[in-house]
Amino acid sequence: MGRSLWTLLKRDITLLVLRRQDVMTIIAFFLIVTTLLPLSVGPEPETLRALAPGGVWIAAALASLISLDRLFADDWRDGTLEQLALGPAPLALVALTKITAHWLALGLPLVLLSPLMGYALGLQGMALLILPLSLALGTPVLSLLGATGAALTLGVRAGGALMALLILPLYVPVLILGSGAVSEAMHAAGAGPHLSLLGALLALALPLAPLAVAGALRIALD
Amino acid sequence: MNRRRIPWLYFTVPRNFYWLVQRLVPLIWAVAAVLAVAGLYVGFFVAPPDYQQGNSYRIMFIHVPTAWMGMFLYALMAVYAVIFLAWRIKMADVMARSLAPTGALMTALSLWTGALWGAPTWGTYWVWDARLTSTLLLLFLFLGYMALYAAIDDREKGARAAALLALIGVINVPVIYFSVEWWHTLHQGMSISPSGGASMAPSMLAALLLGTGACWAYCAAVTLRRAQTELLEREDSTGWTRTVSTDDAPPAPRGVAVPTGRRN
Repeated sequence: MGRSLWTLLKRDITLLVLRRQDVMTIIAFFLIVTTLLPLSVGPEPETLRALAPGGVWIAAALASLISLDRLFADDWRDGTLEQLALGPAPLALVALTKITAHWLALGLPLVLLSPLMGYALGLQGMALLILPLSLALGTPVLSLLGATGAALTLGVRAGGALMALLILPLYVPVLILGSGAVSEAMHAAGAGPHLSLLGALLALALPLAPLAVAGALRIALD
Repeated sequence: MNRRRIPWLYFTVPRNFYWLVQRLVPLIWAVAAVLAVAGLYVGFFVAPPDYQQGNSYRIMFIHVPTAWMGMFLYALMAVYAVIFLAWRIKMADVMARSLAPTGALMTALSLWTGALWGAPTWGTYWVWDARLTSTLLLLFLFLGYMALYAAIDDREKGARAAALLALIGVINVPVIYFSVEWWHTLHQGMSISPSGGASMAPSMLAALLLGTGACWAYCAAVTLRRAQTELLEREDSTGWTRTVSTDDAPPAPRGVAVPTGRRN
């Protein structure tokens, strides 16, 4: 079972990396949304610095949302998902593996790029370190929650917009804690509590969300 | 067999449910009307003006009940969703689906009345207060449930997906509430809180409880009536709906299940 999951992980990452433009599109989306912030609120460094944590986090959340839209869609359409559901590995673990692959290919680049965007928006010192750290803890939670939405809206008309309505309210706690951690770091206060709570959310979502995803996938496969 | 041992399951048969509701709803409407009139009377004429807010606080007799009902109905919807997911009792799904629009209405009303109360009290219709924000998010959860249900063509699939979403939502409601609460205290130290203090005149409390009772009865009546129409639509193929005159339909004999006509 472990080996089949490992194979699935490698397959999913390979598929995502082979379709390089998908990864590039998401990264470009993240960069453009972040760029919209100074263009819309003006270039004053003080204003930008205050808005930077929220801006980068909103960009990351939206990028996560639109990239997750197609997490299960292709496998569902060509029948792979049905095969995976029939296989020996529990569907929840299959889902978790797919989410992991997705995050490694599409979430991790955003985490690595975020200090760059933070710097461009005027973040300095500790905040530049805390930003990727908070994203590294928070974006997996976003992926887990978003995967639930993707599974629920599988094969639904206007699935993307519907998924945003279903999932964005659930993103709120992560967004609050993530941008809060960076804001705290900017004001020379400790970001520890925020990061701990983000970690707690991750620890909560990691076992629970795959179960919900598996339930939703079974409904779609029925 | 089970149906005999658990008497309430008798009313999970659509026809029996319809029969029961047909008799209950007029009573519930009467209760709602009496409580509403009594509550409004006590609220407007008996309860004293607030020493700080004058008369504007009286909107609380609608605002607080609707806010409570919004949260309560979401929880109730999730309970029905769990019952539907676990035991596939179709009536539970009908009830969950019928609760959603009323829950959304109550949540929207509580936001609206809250805004009207905020204008004279806080000097603004909207602040990013923790309760306001989490109530707004609750409204989005209701809307998401209804949108997902409506978006899936296959009714059985839509019902299960929406029930799962309600379950996910109800697990998240406390997390959202606490994170928003915390975010609020973190970002802006606003000293005015929506609760005007612990002490409350007995007549105020009476009006509040009467208002809550009226709201509860209204929600029950509307939800049950909506469930009835939903049943008429769903059970169109089974025949019993044709024999139901709006007034008087005998209940099905005990233990005899009406064919359910599942789609799939």
